[in-house]
Amino acid sequence: MKLSILLKRVLFIGVLLAIWQGVYMSGYFPAIQFPPPTKVFQAMVEGFADGKLVSALLASFKHLLIGLGLAIGIGTLIGVLLGKSRQADETAGMYLIAMQSIPSIVWVPLAIMLIGLNETAVIFVVVLGGTFVMALNTRTAIHSVPPEFIKAARTMGTKGMRLFFKVEVPASLPYFMSGIRLAWAFSWRALMAGELLSNGPGLGYSLRYAMDFAQMEVVIGIIIIVGVIGSVVDQLFFSKMEKKVMRRWGLLK
Amino acid sequence: MGCAYMFLQVNNVAKTFAEHEVFSGIDLSIHENQFVSLLGPSGCGKSTLLSMVAGLEAATEGSISLGGKTILEPGTDRGMVFQQPALFPWLTVKDNVTFPLKDKLSKKEQDQIAAHYLKMVHLTRFKEAYPHELSGGMQQRVAIARALAMDPKVLLMDEPFGALDEQTRHILHDELMKIFQETKKTILFVTHSIQEAIKLSDRVIVMGTRPGRIIADFPVDVERPRQRDDSRVIELEQEIMELLKGEINKVLKEELDHETKHFT
Ligand SMILES: Nc1ncnc2c1ncn2[C@@H]1O[C@H](COP(=O)(O)OP(=O)(O)OP(=O)(O)O)[C@@H](O)[C@H]1O
Ligand SMILES: [Mg+2]
Repeated sequence: MKLSILLKRVLFIGVLLAIWQGVYMSGYFPAIQFPPPTKVFQAMVEGFADGKLVSALLASFKHLLIGLGLAIGIGTLIGVLLGKSRQADETAGMYLIAMQSIPSIVWVPLAIMLIGLNETAVIFVVVLGGTFVMALNTRTAIHSVPPEFIKAARTMGTKGMRLFFKVEVPASLPYFMSGIRLAWAFSWRALMAGELLSNGPGLGYSLRYAMDFAQMEVVIGIIIIVGVIGSVVDQLFFSKMEKKVMRRWGLLK
Repeated sequence: MGCAYMFLQVNNVAKTFAEHEVFSGIDLSIHENQFVSLLGPSGCGKSTLLSMVAGLEAATEGSISLGGKTILEPGTDRGMVFQQPALFPWLTVKDNVTFPLKDKLSKKEQDQIAAHYLKMVHLTRFKEAYPHELSGGMQQRVAIARALAMDPKVLLMDEPFGALDEQTRHILHDELMKIFQETKKTILFVTHSIQEAIKLSDRVIVMGTRPGRIIADFPVDVERPRQRDDSRVIELEQEIMELLKGEINKVLKEELDHETKHFT
């Protein structure tokens, strides 16, 4: 069962590569616009070998870790405030949804004008990309604490801070984890948007650099890397953690 | 009042939720170590009354006192078991049971208490399990052990076996009877089942609705363990059934009138 799924997936990629190779060999597109898979692969290997892609990746991860960390922290604070205070929620909750609906690339010009063409501007965009979705999910997490948990805890003489930290916080963990996973996904997108228009270093910057020098094989290579990292980190880390929590919390069989 | 001192005393209590009056003028006196059931049509305010004794809801009028002290907020002298077990899924069975004890006792004392009550509900083997690994009946037993762990004077139970299958329910009836006799708790027990109320209680209080009020108070003068085919049990069952039928018909009739008024 498990093996057959793997086989199907490998086969699928194989077919895609074959079609790609076929289109290339048909000569419909000029080779400079449409490199074959082998050339893209070669560009990736070279990029890793000479360290350019590695340092770009490291720079990107640095931006992401700082930005995502701040987004999770700030988002959690805003979310808890809105989740606990009805007053705050009625006042600001609507605007949070509005902010969340703004695509993160929109923040790039603002960040550059405000902060300059540097890494801080990129991190700023990453923070904006992740904060609102984190805040919204934290708010939902607090709101969706089953009232029977609170009632049961209160009948056991639990109240105040202890009620919050020993019951509401752990009870809201599943939605909170979804928030972290989504914050990562949004931050990752924001990171690429920010870096694409930045002055480097970073994966997005390398992408634009390759475009400027008409290196289509590098462009495609980086797109593949971005996609692979995005899905691998989600599958191996965030989705796994979320599922683990959901299972323990009895929300998933 | 000058008469005998009552352990749990509900004095002329009323509850109103935003204009909607659930009940008023409720008086109820319960002895220590008495098992009292509350029966009544849906919506008559059984859960509300229980929540008020628990201190989760405040009385709009009147007062409730336990051992001479007015109830103002929840406290560890009253344990509550709900229809849903409401166990904390992030804690093991043992940690759920010791939850109400945290910060008050040493680790060792807590473990002893947990072991004692888990043994009482026959779940010693599952002390390291998580709630989602247990059946509904087992979860409810953990909830009972958790409520008992803080050694409350009163155990409040709101349809605790309502979500369980017939067989599990009977097993838990027997366990609860044993616990009641062993621990000498005072139990206030809400149920929809006339049989369950008669099987378990010393007294069955029947509530009516619109407005919510107490319409009857039956002492169950039958030796335990009680048999379903005992003539006195059957007699009581029929008496209570008649009373409740009248109440339920009243609700149905009112709802029908209400609808015809609005939709014709
Ligand atoms: N928090 C609340 N806010 C507003 N109305 C409430 C609230 N809790 C209960 N009520 C109302 O009070 C009435 C009594 O509710 P309660 O839950 O006590 O009834 P019950 O006798 O326990 O019913 P059931 O047998 O269905 O559990 C109902 O009409 C209900 O709608
Ligand atoms: Mg109820």
